[in-house]
Amino acid sequence: MKITRKDVEQVALLSRLELGENDVEKFTGQLNAILDYIDVLNKVDTSGVEPTAHVLPVKNVMRADEARPSLPRELALANAPEQEDGYFKVPKILEG
Amino acid sequence: MEYEVVIGLEVHTELKTASKIFCGCSTSFGAEQNTNVCPVCLGLPGVLPVLNAKVLEFAVRTGLALNCRILPFSKFDRKNYYYPDLPKNFQTSQYDLPIAVDGHLDVEVAGETKRIGITRVHMEEDAGKLVHAGTIAKADYTLVDYNRTGVPLLEIVSEPDIRSAEEAKAYLEKLKAILQYIDVSDCKMEEGSLRCDANISLRPKGETKLGTKAEIKNLNSFKAVQKGLEYEALRQAEVLDEGGRIVQETRSWDDARGQTVSLRSKEQAHDYRYFPEPDLVPMVVDSTWVEDIRRSLPELPDARQARLMKEYGLSGYDAGVITASRAMADFFDATVAAGADAKAAANWIMGELSRHLNAAGREIEECPVAPGQLAALIDLQAKGTVSGKIAKTVFEEMWASGKDAAVIVKEQGLVQISDEGEVVAIVEKVIAANPQSVADFKAGKERALGFLVGQIMKETKGRANPELVNKLLRERI
Amino acid sequence: MELYKQTAHELHAKLAAKEVSAAEITAAVFDRIDTVEGKVRAYITQTRDLAMAQAKAADEKIARGEAIAPLAGIPGALKDNMCVKGVKTTCASQILANFVPPYDSTVAEKLAAADAVVVGKANLDEFAMGSSCENSSFFPTRNPWDTAAVPGGSSGGSAAAVAAAEAVWALGSDTGGSIRQPAAYCGVVGLKPTYGRVSRYGLVAYASSLDQIGPITRDVTDCALVLAAIAGHDGRDSTSIDAPVPDYSKALVPDARGLKIGLPKEYFVAGMDPAVEKAVYAAIDQLKAMGAEYKEVSMPHTEYALATYYLIATAEASSNLARFDGVGFGHRGEGNDIVAMYKRSRTEGFGEEVRRRIMLGTYALSSGYYDAYYLKALKVRTLIKQDFDRAFGEVDVLVAPIAPTTAFKVGEKVDDPLAMYLQDVCTVPINLAGLPAISLPCGFAGGLPIGLQIIGRPLGEETILRAAYAFEQANDYHRRQAPLGEV
Repeated sequence: MKITRKDVEQVALLSRLELGENDVEKFTGQLNAILDYIDVLNKVDTSGVEPTAHVLPVKNVMRADEARPSLPRELALANAPEQEDGYFKVPKILEG
Repeated sequence: MEYEVVIGLEVHTELKTASKIFCGCSTSFGAEQNTNVCPVCLGLPGVLPVLNAKVLEFAVRTGLALNCRILPFSKFDRKNYYYPDLPKNFQTSQYDLPIAVDGHLDVEVAGETKRIGITRVHMEEDAGKLVHAGTIAKADYTLVDYNRTGVPLLEIVSEPDIRSAEEAKAYLEKLKAILQYIDVSDCKMEEGSLRCDANISLRPKGETKLGTKAEIKNLNSFKAVQKGLEYEALRQAEVLDEGGRIVQETRSWDDARGQTVSLRSKEQAHDYRYFPEPDLVPMVVDSTWVEDIRRSLPELPDARQARLMKEYGLSGYDAGVITASRAMADFFDATVAAGADAKAAANWIMGELSRHLNAAGREIEECPVAPGQLAALIDLQAKGTVSGKIAKTVFEEMWASGKDAAVIVKEQGLVQISDEGEVVAIVEKVIAANPQSVADFKAGKERALGFLVGQIMKETKGRANPELVNKLLRERI
Repeated sequence: MELYKQTAHELHAKLAAKEVSAAEITAAVFDRIDTVEGKVRAYITQTRDLAMAQAKAADEKIARGEAIAPLAGIPGALKDNMCVKGVKTTCASQILANFVPPYDSTVAEKLAAADAVVVGKANLDEFAMGSSCENSSFFPTRNPWDTAAVPGGSSGGSAAAVAAAEAVWALGSDTGGSIRQPAAYCGVVGLKPTYGRVSRYGLVAYASSLDQIGPITRDVTDCALVLAAIAGHDGRDSTSIDAPVPDYSKALVPDARGLKIGLPKEYFVAGMDPAVEKAVYAAIDQLKAMGAEYKEVSMPHTEYALATYYLIATAEASSNLARFDGVGFGHRGEGNDIVAMYKRSRTEGFGEEVRRRIMLGTYALSSGYYDAYYLKALKVRTLIKQDFDRAFGEVDVLVAPIAPTTAFKVGEKVDDPLAMYLQDVCTVPINLAGLPAISLPCGFAGGLPIGLQIIGRPLGEETILRAAYAFEQANDYHRRQAPLGEV
């Protein structure tokens, strides 16, 4: 077992996902199968190999510091599930 | 037991750019809620960031001004955590390859200079603002304004080299001065453009291992930094003295109650899952460009203080006060350039002028008396045209009306009376009118002379040359 | 031949000659949609009013005698993960079921500037995560060649729409094969451009370092036309390549003389359908007969590509999809506090495959596992890219299968995520290396099309188009029509 039920529950919390009892069971099994497959990478010697985060040799892409028009507020809020007084509205936050 | 306090500061400063770090929205402060927003800073599905070139330039400027090494290869990373002020639920920041590392700045505390190390300077985006009734945990709901989301920030992290709340305050003041000198930030703590968090721990004197630290947030003014850290040092000392253990946690400074309060829920460890931001490409900084920026840096506070001491013979203290802000130092230089005596200029700026600014709650940039006008007033005083006391009255009038000193002196007839004949007549008149005081003085009561001087000044509306008055009185009694 | 069955270049000639109007073509396509859409289900949203207005605008241009772009007045579909201002963009997810973007993707802008007609938003696996279009949270799309089979994925709606003549052209997005594999399964042409050739601005991200938009068309000529319309540098995408866009149509010459083609033997994996293997070798023989030089090449890290891909793609996805939280847009679930609301929204809003990949990616990045999984994958990615660099030192293009089999049956792999992932084994290495690759039909087995993959160097689109065109012109696969509606 690569990933335990407890790991799966922790990962779900970090991902902000709810897991029912059956989900934990199912995901633990499936993720273990996938991670077993991924074990193939352990056969590769990567010592001294640089990681590739960007596949292209592009660098220093920037734009000039110029302010441009923003969205009209109605449009900015048009997809909001809840709004009030031009603000996005969210349920209470249980921490300081 | 005697403890040593160990403090490191994490300072966030908003950069003075016209547009946000990854989109073209304005960074202006105080706009109506959710009006400085666009698909990019709202994190709408499908959008991509593009770096504002000015942000990189300002970061390099700051790194150089703080004596850092600029990394030739730098990149952005994503810091992943859920919070409603962060529309993407990750903050684009820099993790293992920040733009600048290994710097320092010098502070002066109790007459001694101390060097504080700067671990790193990195670029990141600011988060939005949460609005709620009362405290966040007690409010039924929270409102979110994303105007501030994506405003460019620098995070400047110090080494744990700070040993007292006073040093922490001095560090922050010096840092603010430098950021203002190099013109990258307004550093207005009250508007949140300069924010400070502190890591603080205690260890027995002589111990080299670090103790368990607490992170203090919400230190929103220089005073709060000092008071908050003083409080926290005492609190930790009490816990340790009672045989307790310090809990590694985040605490918030409550300014009203004057104490730090634990933010319990933050104890559950975060796992930020940093990884390279795939939507932004690496920054490869060319050394020629870095050297161009280095050459373009203005004279920084320490150099300027030294110059003022050397060129004008100002004391270290006076030069330090004047150079603490670039605007004040500029005002001083302009006053001297307009012909004023440097020491007199320093005294005026640190005295009357600062007093008026403080009382009016104004910055020196908004001073109604221009450096040239102040220089002219100092000149009138030096020539004896007005006495020191009258000069203060004239300054008062200059502040209120914006008129030149000479005009005020002329209009109100404030020219000092130094003509001996004119003064003698008044002196004799006052002696004749106050025989009792004359007798008291002769009997050894020095104070009686003061009374007589006062009477003469009253007669001349304060314009009589005080030295001449003293001399003539003594001669005639 | 019916208007809706013709290619863009054929229709363009007729429009330019004023033999037909854009409104007539568009109406014909909508008639076709009305006839077959019930069987295929390629579209999440049809944009009839928008399409007819765009067609009318193109017709007016033609009437005024203005020059028109090759795609002007020609109806096509966008995969429903590309934003069109004011048009619902769902990613086939419940979490975005009602999302209306207030902005246009760069590809939508470019197509509008070319006076192209958009008939609708095509179905996909939710957030482009899947290889069969069965992960759409709305409904699965069917393969026009056999409605019991999947169309492939994730751009299954786009490929099926073109194969069923419900669109003349379509755009798909390809993160690990999502353009090429459905194009192969549906018997049409699909091209994944070089990473950075087409702007990703407005494409809802699955895995940012791998995603790329590209065309799905009836033939190679149309593929070149659509690519030319959407390619180019974009200041809103930092990973966009700043290089001029060549005239791809000039690359379309019907011979393969002097072309060096390589066969990476590692792509013929265990479990490969012998019919697929045979068709690919036959294609190579044909190219040789047309003057190509052939060579077998070795790409030793191929077997690690799939594992590498699933770590990198899911890690990026776990972060990219964090924004779907019920705060600013999309579905919000009930919750008394913010964390409860986040969890409810995301659990209700995301389908199972999306949740599985988010969890895998979160795990791969989490403290203690980062080095073993995510960082390891980035290093293996370097080795995979080096394999390609070496191979392209010897040959101009690589030829390989697209998938181990032809289209599989609906439901066949839904309960076995790993078996589904193995469908991508021949396509993911190309995304990891950021290369261009085209898929085009090279035969049939059991009435289902087989796809041939031609892979090029970075910005080598012209070369792969040339090889593909030469092969296409020597065969008639591209002229065959899916039997749908005709039987």
